Amino acid sequence: MLANIGYFATLITFLAALYSAAAAFYGLRKNRSAFVESARRAKLLTWPLLTLASLALITLLVTDHYEIRYVASVASRTMPTYLKVTALWGGQEGSLLFWSWLMAAFATASGMRKWHRDQELLPWVTMVTMLTLAFFLSLVIFFENPFGRLYLTPEGEQVAAMLAPRGAVPVTPLDGRGLNPLLRHPGMVIHPPMLYLGFVGFVIPYAFAVAALATGRSDDRWIRITRRWTLVAWLFLSLGLILGSRWSYDVLGWGGYWGWDPVEIAALMPWLTGTAFLHSVMVQEKKGMLKHWNMVLIIMTYALVIFGTFLTRSGVLSSVHAFAESAIGPMFFAFIGITTVASLSLLLNRWETLKGDNSLGSMFSREALFLLNNLLFMGVLAVCFWGVIFPLISELFTGQKVTVGPPFYERATTPLGLGLLVLMGVAPLSAYGRSTWKTLGRGLWKPALASLAIPALLLWQGLSNYGAILGYWILGFVTLVTLYEFWRAARARHARHGENLFLALWRLAGRNRRRYGGYIIHLGVVLMALGIIGIEVFQTETQDTLARGEQLTLGRYVMTFDALSQFDTPDGRNVTRAVASVYEDGEYVGELYPRKDYYYASQQAVTIPGVRSTLEDDFYVMLVGWETTGMQGVTFKVYHNPLVSFIWLGGLVFILGTMVAAWPDRDPEPVPVRVSARARAVRA
Amino acid sequence: MSKRLLIGLTWGALVGVMLLAVAAPVSAQGEGPTDDEVNAVARELYCPVCENVPLDVCPTKACEQWREAIRERLAQGWSKEQIKQYFVQQYGARVLATPPAQGLNWLVYILPPVAFLAGAWVLARALRSWRAAAAQPIETQAPPEDPYIARVEEELQRMERGDDV
Amino acid sequence: MSDPAHIEKDSLPEPEVEPMPAPPRRRWGRMLIWVAVFGLLAILGVGLIRTREGHIQVGDEIPSDLIFHSFDGEQIPFADFRGSVVLVNFWASWCKPCEQEAAELEQAYQLYRDRGVVFLGLNYVDTEPEAKTYLKKFGITYPNGPDLGTRISQVFRVRGVPETYILGPDGRLKAFKIGPYTSLSEITEQLEGVLAAEAAGS
Repeated sequence: MLANIGYFATLITFLAALYSAAAAFYGLRKNRSAFVESARRAKLLTWPLLTLASLALITLLVTDHYEIRYVASVASRTMPTYLKVTALWGGQEGSLLFWSWLMAAFATASGMRKWHRDQELLPWVTMVTMLTLAFFLSLVIFFENPFGRLYLTPEGEQVAAMLAPRGAVPVTPLDGRGLNPLLRHPGMVIHPPMLYLGFVGFVIPYAFAVAALATGRSDDRWIRITRRWTLVAWLFLSLGLILGSRWSYDVLGWGGYWGWDPVEIAALMPWLTGTAFLHSVMVQEKKGMLKHWNMVLIIMTYALVIFGTFLTRSGVLSSVHAFAESAIGPMFFAFIGITTVASLSLLLNRWETLKGDNSLGSMFSREALFLLNNLLFMGVLAVCFWGVIFPLISELFTGQKVTVGPPFYERATTPLGLGLLVLMGVAPLSAYGRSTWKTLGRGLWKPALASLAIPALLLWQGLSNYGAILGYWILGFVTLVTLYEFWRAARARHARHGENLFLALWRLAGRNRRRYGGYIIHLGVVLMALGIIGIEVFQTETQDTLARGEQLTLGRYVMTFDALSQFDTPDGRNVTRAVASVYEDGEYVGELYPRKDYYYASQQAVTIPGVRSTLEDDFYVMLVGWETTGMQGVTFKVYHNPLVSFIWLGGLVFILGTMVAAWPDRDPEPVPVRVSARARAVRA
Repeated sequence: MSKRLLIGLTWGALVGVMLLAVAAPVSAQGEGPTDDEVNAVARELYCPVCENVPLDVCPTKACEQWREAIRERLAQGWSKEQIKQYFVQQYGARVLATPPAQGLNWLVYILPPVAFLAGAWVLARALRSWRAAAAQPIETQAPPEDPYIARVEEELQRMERGDDV
Repeated sequence: MSDPAHIEKDSLPEPEVEPMPAPPRRRWGRMLIWVAVFGLLAILGVGLIRTREGHIQVGDEIPSDLIFHSFDGEQIPFADFRGSVVLVNFWASWCKPCEQEAAELEQAYQLYRDRGVVFLGLNYVDTEPEAKTYLKKFGITYPNGPDLGTRISQVFRVRGVPETYILGPDGRLKAFKIGPYTSLSEITEQLEGVLAAEAAGS
């Protein structure tokens, strides 16, 4: 019953989305705003309907309805309730429905804004969002239905369907297979929702961009409308990526946080174009330049979002992540093809209308530096995209399977990343239109000089890795410039309004949230880079087999193996748990409990490391293996990860900065200005 | 029979020559190569079956066997390069972390820098032409005869300058 | 607040427009973009088709220059097997399901070797010591060898182990089995089917 409600709610939403797109199109062609308005109302219906469908599925999951195939594949009786709820996105079918639900949320929200100033954009935005939603819903309804019931056909096959096939008998398994053990970690629980929010969020600026192109507008109204939407989408995408890294570090058990896995890269690529877009739209808003380029960037972001989803779900590139391949691959391919070709055609068609005021005051002006920033981001994108595609090309043309792994990506992106860090330090001091290398130099020389203290200090401490020294120097430089900016502006406010430092900073951030939010984000990036350099350059590891009481040494740390126990837990797993004591520089610092959980239902094991985390470093212990006879020979793999906590701390600062940047500015302070009556009349 | 003997001798000679040519260091005495030494080689290889999983962290039984194979060869004095070559021969090029630089694979290393340089060139050209456009006075603005328009322009420019980002 | 750009556009005289850059260059640039986009789509499309292809189908031909390397060091091109029915079994020592069919495959070999059926064991992505232990454990006597460089399994588009492919005397696939055989009779049924078809056809 509930399954039928869910399925039909989804079906009706699909029809509503199609109607909405069609009505918008008709209203546009025949110039009948009643139809466009009807389309908007239909759009508003999509989210409540899908909420009903999602709640239906969640209820089915939580109340153990194992006659539904999806429920049987992702839930089991021994799972705690909160995990059953998250099982909504634990499998292909449910996650497509979940994606559609989030897409509908954004579409409905866009339908609810005040449209009276932008009536001509409305039908286009409606069409793009509703067609995208309809596409994903079509996948759910026709190919990956989460509401299908299990039946046993007379031939002995087990199938899932909404209606019983002839002669088939309904089947109700006693228990389900349970969620993939890897997905039962808190980070994993919110990583997909965050990523999906990021992905679907970028559909809105894309829809407005298409609307602007289609209506032949060359101004940046669409950018100003979607400014906050873009920032919010980018926030979620960044958060999703950070959470994914954290999950990787905690649960995948290989001592790292980013493996350059094709699916990780598939989520990174829209983030790269999205970040480039965030920067370059500022140039369009200020100077009216780069109109073509911004269109290209937002189209690429949308295409990469769909492409990333396609890679993850179609099995074209298998990886740790990929869902099993299915019939939806060709559908995705068709959708990507059609939308890319259509967007590109539209853009090329309207190329001339987008003529901007393309004039550059100086090679060191902020516009030029932002363009350089974009070039570097596109460089990273080219490396990522090519690395992901190449194995496919190699197999197609030479029949040889190759792996493009971390060394390729790391070697290529490190110099580009360092370049971006340097820009982060230099750009805040540049001004729009002006800035020569002299003016820039004047602003920069003080922080640059001060930053020399860092390589000096590191060399004095005996550090000999020049790459790390260079990296830390740049980070020091960026931090000093950013803090200097804060301090200068706070000092100016102090001089003008007599505010103390903290009040000045608060008011500053309040008055120009985008700028100061941006600086906080940059500081977050600096902290993350600090952690990344620490773990990438200075990580050490060792592996050894210990008998009870024996110890191993890694750098300043000594670890003793104390005990091993094995037991079953009520939620269906068999846990092998080791107890180890850790000593740093001879001093006892704690006990760690690395363990391996074997899940009976899914016949999969998960390695949970025991980690001792401080700001300075992580001591990370994994239980690799053990002899089943007696307590001899338990094998541990131990990592020492310096500074890795800064990655998570930096991530937090990053997210905070984004929230500051996205918050609406307080109203500007009234400044008395003498203006003629005529000017006042026109400006109003 | 003789064919097999010949092949066996060839293999033996090959291994012998490789061992001679690359004076491989003898591993630690006693129990043979440590786990760390095995992992140092395994880290640079990928599991031939499970895609995109490095060999030193792969938990499957097959991977354990491969790590044992590495350990044996280290004990026999093979160098890291020799072991990697052996794996490539046995399982194909996909066990390496990056494609071997031969044939079509050159494309994977060449294209990104070429694309980047192409992008830089396009950017440089665009910047230069925009710089030139700025250097010439633009005729597109109406002569500011009307004091009202001049005032509006002034206000707009003041707004633009004062409000950063 | 209304858009300054709009005010300018509507109320001021048309600006002087500089001559456009030469059209051929723009057309060439557009051509390049379209070629790149369609090229990428083509690659993705073919990649997608390949992914969904699965293993080779009945009727597909196995190239005769494919070489079988045995553990004993022999190198036999598949061309040498033309003229006989060949049963190619992909297995690995780390593959639990493979053990279910190992003994039955050896029994089938003993039954059919006199009728000229060739049995080949392809050791898929395995280590030699463990492979040899496996062969000894199940007493396998028919030729076995490592699939060097996974070349042969790539030709058959093997997805996992065990998989068995039965080729006809013309080098084309006649029958296959994905997963382990559940009994000796299943093997013999399939072989009889292929042999009968060959006898009827020729």
